[in-house]
Amino acid sequence: MPYVPHSDDDVRRALAAIGVDDVETLFADVPEALRNPPIELSAPLDETALLKRVDELAALDRTTGPDFLGGGLRAHFIPSVTPHLAFQSEFVTAYTPYQPEVSQGILQATFEYQTMMCELTGLPASNASMYDGASAVAEAALLAVRQTKRETVLVSRGVHPETIEVLQTYLWPLGIALEVIELEDLTTPVPDVSSEVACVIAQNPSFVGTLEPMRSLADAAHGAGALFVAAVDPLSLAVLASPGEIGADIAVGDGQTLGNPVGFGGPSFGFMVVSEPLLRQLPGRLVGQTTDVDGKRAFVLTLQAREQHIRRSKAKSNICSNHQLTALMATINMAALGPQGLREMAEGSVRRAHQLADALRAAGGDVRTGARFFNEFVLCIDRDPATLRRALSERGIRAGVSVPEAFGLGFAVTLATTERTSDDDIAALLSALSDLGVLESSRQEVTA
Amino acid sequence: MHTPDSLRYVRSHEWASAPDDGVVTVGISDFAQDQLGDVVFVELPDVGRQVAAGEAIAVVESVKTASDIYAPLAGEVVAVNEGLEDAPEAINAAPYEGGWLFKLRVDDPSAWDGLLDAAGYEAVAEAD
Amino acid sequence: MSPSQHPPVGVDAADRFRDASFPLIFERAAPGRRAARPPVVDGAPMAELLGEEHLRAQPPGLPEVAELDLVRHYTQLAHRQFSIDGNVYPLGSCTMKYNPKVHEEVAKRFQDVHPYQDEASAQGVLTVLAELQDDLASITGMDTVSLQPAAGAHGELAGILMIRAYHEAKGEGEQRRVVICPDGAHGTNPATASMAGYDVVEVPTGPDGEVDLDAFRAALGPNVAAVMLTNPNTLGLFETRILAIAEAAHAVGAQLYYDGANLNAIVGRARPGDMGFDVVHLNLHKTFTTPHGGGGPGTGPVGVKAHLAPYLPAPLLVRRDDGSVGAEGQRPTAIGRLRSHYGNVGNLVRAWAYIRTLGLEGLRRVSTMAVLNANYLRVRMREAGYQIAFDRVNMHEFVARPPDGLKTLDLAKMLLDYGVHPMTVYFPLVVREAMMVEPTETESIETLDAYAAVLGQVLRDAQRDPSLAHDAPRNTPVRRLDEVGAARRPILRYQVPQA
Repeated sequence: MPYVPHSDDDVRRALAAIGVDDVETLFADVPEALRNPPIELSAPLDETALLKRVDELAALDRTTGPDFLGGGLRAHFIPSVTPHLAFQSEFVTAYTPYQPEVSQGILQATFEYQTMMCELTGLPASNASMYDGASAVAEAALLAVRQTKRETVLVSRGVHPETIEVLQTYLWPLGIALEVIELEDLTTPVPDVSSEVACVIAQNPSFVGTLEPMRSLADAAHGAGALFVAAVDPLSLAVLASPGEIGADIAVGDGQTLGNPVGFGGPSFGFMVVSEPLLRQLPGRLVGQTTDVDGKRAFVLTLQAREQHIRRSKAKSNICSNHQLTALMATINMAALGPQGLREMAEGSVRRAHQLADALRAAGGDVRTGARFFNEFVLCIDRDPATLRRALSERGIRAGVSVPEAFGLGFAVTLATTERTSDDDIAALLSALSDLGVLESSRQEVTA
Repeated sequence: MHTPDSLRYVRSHEWASAPDDGVVTVGISDFAQDQLGDVVFVELPDVGRQVAAGEAIAVVESVKTASDIYAPLAGEVVAVNEGLEDAPEAINAAPYEGGWLFKLRVDDPSAWDGLLDAAGYEAVAEAD
Repeated sequence: MSPSQHPPVGVDAADRFRDASFPLIFERAAPGRRAARPPVVDGAPMAELLGEEHLRAQPPGLPEVAELDLVRHYTQLAHRQFSIDGNVYPLGSCTMKYNPKVHEEVAKRFQDVHPYQDEASAQGVLTVLAELQDDLASITGMDTVSLQPAAGAHGELAGILMIRAYHEAKGEGEQRRVVICPDGAHGTNPATASMAGYDVVEVPTGPDGEVDLDAFRAALGPNVAAVMLTNPNTLGLFETRILAIAEAAHAVGAQLYYDGANLNAIVGRARPGDMGFDVVHLNLHKTFTTPHGGGGPGTGPVGVKAHLAPYLPAPLLVRRDDGSVGAEGQRPTAIGRLRSHYGNVGNLVRAWAYIRTLGLEGLRRVSTMAVLNANYLRVRMREAGYQIAFDRVNMHEFVARPPDGLKTLDLAKMLLDYGVHPMTVYFPLVVREAMMVEPTETESIETLDAYAAVLGQVLRDAQRDPSLAHDAPRNTPVRRLDEVGAARRPILRYQVPQA
């Protein structure tokens, strides 16, 4: 049942038209030694059997119960209308809009997306989306290197550890140095920026939840002629000063919190929005507004001459797709929630996090934050984070993203909240941590 | 194709004016602009840059292509046509006048004489 | 409600905003309207919790719309969008085959698992990924697969970086500076080589449409790090001398890279691993029919032979002694992460469902019928008056061109008026006025007959009356666009009126 419509008669008719005797002849160009190798695959399943197997497997995954997982991905409220509209078959089963006359749906939605991202970030030019937040940060670093013709990138330790790993992967083949600014009091200190530095990259809120001194960091970068790259959680921008306001040249991040499920880490999408002077350096697709021959407003892929299919080895990047469908989810979701709804979600997430931090502190937990934090913070613990995660999971709670050793905090996890976090969820986490002796032992450590 | 006799050309379709106090003006030929179609953007070199003959130092973009522009002679970039930033269409409208790209102070003004003359260039362009 | 009709406007930027053609979501908005409402948490004001200096001065200018307006807007936009579910979409190189609906159901079942949750509480999705990893290795004939890359081009980057790490580990990093690509290669190949710090050398296509073996051998040398090939190539032809190419490349110490864009032509019937390739990337949205989504997300798993496995990007899924599936940490020799987490899992589970549904016999039938359909349409297109660039038995796609005097672009636009989608146009670059056609296995013979009939009709119309070609399309939501104006003075966003 491989979704092939051909009857035996169709095959005979087609072979006759082509003028060959059998289908094997069509593969005569494949050297005989290579043909029809043994390949081990399981026997095919019909739809019922497939879904039964999926049920069995899905039952092994915990997807309900109190959830304090963050680390860049969080299960925020997504109204039913969002996936319903985004997953219309025209959007799901279209290709890249290379024929604009019959692709205004996706082109216009992308223009709306670019506008919304400009509004959120306070910067004037957004591309049509990228793979994910981490690779968008790496592309931003490459952009800064091209623009400044300098070969060192400064990145804060507060940037997501996986993002720093991706930066390393993208920069080493080009011989670009990557230097890490270590945190002080869970906050990025304003660094000395040398004239070799192409850009300074900081994340706000940081991986450990701190609200960073973004304005001072941007000033320090600019003082040395470097660009400032703000890696941001887009939902936080419903409340927080935008990258444009704090003087960033490039805003990047992962769009998951704007309306995609956590999806075991993908696909969500990455975004990149830049200041006017950097417009022509933007990697990836761009949609522009124009008119058709009748003067009607219309949208089209534009500035394509920067891209790989034209510039080949001289392209700004090899990226040749965007994360259209997941960016569309975010576009529709932002329109569904509006500025008010997004603000309520951000505020709710912040309030719940502060409520949880206060409660943990009161119960003796070793909570660590910078001067200000958003909806995520650090809890120092007495055991390996994976062990704690397992123990909490066995009590029906998903919580405890590991804080890597590089942060110098010993055993530590981050806890995150959303507007969906309830009083009951918080009570359940406190009770579980207390049962496990995590709060007790931290308190003993503190007093000792 | 329009190919003024007063200029010299290279196979990669750039023209260079006769050295005036060691400075030549460079642009792309009428044939080249016609092949490219409507120019939408030009990336120009930095003033002060030292360039070798045949070095790619600028890019001219149309909607569906981007072409490298090569320095016809060695020298230093002493001026670029900033007007093209807002009006790249000048390259289509007047490739030998308002559509010039940059000026080079050439290392060896006599090298200009060694470039293709109009007839020689037209023969090359037609063969392309 | 129909959009208001303004007279045509000029190309001046300000004027272009005044044309109220089809409205933007921002133009359907009014202050105070709302669609969805999240749970509200009362408490202290933000200035108190976060500090005034961290707050934004103005709220973002996002649209405020009622739910029904939202639904109508995005439903009407969907209606202004061509899709494979709507009609035939034979884009060469893009593989626009049917995307089974059951895959969408499967994907939903795994969408709420968080990548940082306890491994023991995510064994369902991890098992799916581990099975897919193994299946893709079997299908390609490679030893190990990483599912991480987010798209084909991302997989290419992973593959070329692994090759670079391999040469560096052997002390040949300095010496090997060049990547060879055929001139018909996808643009991503040279762009990827360049991102990985390599210089690119192109080798020409020979008169038979395959890599010119003499030119290829001449380009080989101790400075070559990798050779990137697509097989079947972008002309839809199987490289019959592939074994000689592999032998020659390996003889000078170069690694052979397989661009998996065209694996759908041979899936189940031949494997890149058996041809001598050392690295392969796959485009799951092509061979394994994950939806294109209007341009992404794609997914580009990368497979390698054992000698390159030390360089694979983590996380790799492994079966632990207790039978559970877990993620292995980064190997010290690995090229490093390419993105966060495991990859585009939503697509990976769809591809898994496809392979589970088809099995080996099903996959073989897919490649067989894809090749049958492409050859059938080639013959029909020749009969309709088109020239075939390399008129021999092709694989899953072929390249045609119109008779002299007609422009491919015009014919493509004429096809739109018949409600069908054109083929890929002006690619590959090695054929003038190229029309690259890939019908895929999921189209019926009747659909191909109808498509060929339309192709014949537009050819006759264009020959009879050039104005028909020049003015097409006429029946589409918008007509030909001013792409020059769009690129000269880019308008990349709507100016939201200040509240």
